[in-house]
Amino acid sequence: MSTSASITSEQGAAVPAPAQQDRSGAWAPWPLLLPALALFIAVVIVPLLMTVLLSFHNWGQYTGIEFVITLKNWQEIWSDPYFYEMFARTFRIAGLATVIAAILGAPEAYILNRMRAPWKGFFLLIILGPLLISVVARTLGWALLFGGNSGVVNKALMAVGLIDTPIPFMFTETGVVIALAHVMMPFMVLSVWAALQRVDPQIENAALSLGAGQVTIMRRIILPQIMPGVLSGGIIVFALSASAFATPSIIGGRRLKVAATLAYDEFLNTLNWPLGAAVAVLLLVALVLIIVGSNAIIERRYAEVFR
Amino acid sequence: MSRNGPLALIFHTLFVIFMVAPILVVCLVAFTPEGYLSLPTNGFSLRWFRTIADYPEFINAFWISLWIGAVSSVIALLFAVPAALAIARYQFRGREALSALFLSPLMIPHVVLGIAFLRFFTLVGISGTFPALLIAHVIVVFPFALRLTLAAATGMDRSVEMAAISLGASNWTLFRRVTLPLILPGVVSGWALAFIQSFDEVTMTVFLAAPGIETLPVRMFLYIQDNIDPLVTSVSASVIVITMLALILLDRFYGLERVLAGHSDRGR
Repeated sequence: MSTSASITSEQGAAVPAPAQQDRSGAWAPWPLLLPALALFIAVVIVPLLMTVLLSFHNWGQYTGIEFVITLKNWQEIWSDPYFYEMFARTFRIAGLATVIAAILGAPEAYILNRMRAPWKGFFLLIILGPLLISVVARTLGWALLFGGNSGVVNKALMAVGLIDTPIPFMFTETGVVIALAHVMMPFMVLSVWAALQRVDPQIENAALSLGAGQVTIMRRIILPQIMPGVLSGGIIVFALSASAFATPSIIGGRRLKVAATLAYDEFLNTLNWPLGAAVAVLLLVALVLIIVGSNAIIERRYAEVFR
Repeated sequence: MSRNGPLALIFHTLFVIFMVAPILVVCLVAFTPEGYLSLPTNGFSLRWFRTIADYPEFINAFWISLWIGAVSSVIALLFAVPAALAIARYQFRGREALSALFLSPLMIPHVVLGIAFLRFFTLVGISGTFPALLIAHVIVVFPFALRLTLAAATGMDRSVEMAAISLGASNWTLFRRVTLPLILPGVVSGWALAFIQSFDEVTMTVFLAAPGIETLPVRMFLYIQDNIDPLVTSVSASVIVITMLALILLDRFYGLERVLAGHSDRGR
């Protein structure tokens, strides 16, 4: 994931229609497309199908991977409460990180959008820049800030008087959520920012001239217009957080497992590849269902905004 | 347009501190003169940056990252430029589906990609090799290469091409002398963004890396798993500085907002 991952501001559907359509034959584009298509079939589709198949194979401590078709791994995931707990933790962490990113990121995008020329660009660079900095380096920063009971964050919070006793951040869900919210924040700001670019500032002025207060303008004018941006940003943040690897691994440690770190363990430590493949396939299916489902809901709810 | 009130500016300041603090603390701790993790309280020291030189695995990983990033981005563009031209110019059956397929590495969790590649490369018999790592990175950076090229190809003025064709230019000449120069800004920034993505990738690569064939983020990650010391913060600080420089260049030449947002304002 990096988070690195992925920049999916328009959810892939935003391939613009051709400016001028060439009608010199239906076969004309295929020579251009064929190399990339062949590459993707060979190195994306085939490996993914192999992974699905792998999740149905058997694995033994001494025999390794056995090429039989069995539901054993899926039954294990289904019946063992350990996996249920792990997936619940994964989606709980992702959900909380998404909520924090929305609550902090949306107002910041709005403030950013109202800034003047040199500052706007400068702060946009400061806030979006971390997106391109290695997620390992950013997470290391949080590990240093949290760093045990004498961490900088705890010292600062106690100095301000917000807390009396240090909060454990390292190796806890709280720490993972905060670090993930930070890692994913640029996606949220970017998404809300994109929505704000479509807002006509004159509407705000019109409301003002009609005697609306700041709160009313915020609630009735701004919020409804940026909501699609918040929601599509939320989907991106949620999907990337639920499949995050480096951050939960470094901040959460070895015991606080999420789906990605568990799959990694099964593959590189336990060497039970079929079980790891089943966890990964389940994560993929769950995320696809969540993304497609919430996209459909958002598009129906905000059809007039997307038109 | 109305200005931001004092409350908004306080929120903004706290937000910026939140975003910058983890990055800043890495850079500060990297300069500590002490042998343990601490903020440099009595003077700045470069000792931990000098220590990097004694760890060939970091230097080696850095070069591998550089090579993988540069070469995989070029290979991705070799596939992406023709595909982008086809998608930008023709209306054909399966156009939407193909675009979705080509952008799918953005949507598929990298941990799933890592597992799929590991399984595939193991069966093919090239697991743990440099070419395997390279192919995997080509796929991961492909959407970025495609997107920026697509944006450039869609916005291109076709009349120049028509003129060249009417003057008898061959297909190859047309591409080399007219089309490519026109979409070059998109191609170059596509390369730059693809390179950065490859250089930062850790989740997928960690599945494919083998001793001696690790990228820098993977080496850093594996090191941090064992212990966190000033050495790894100085390596991280170096990575941050390199990325920042690349970022500033990218911003100068193309505009960071356009690169990151794709072409959200034009694409609708």
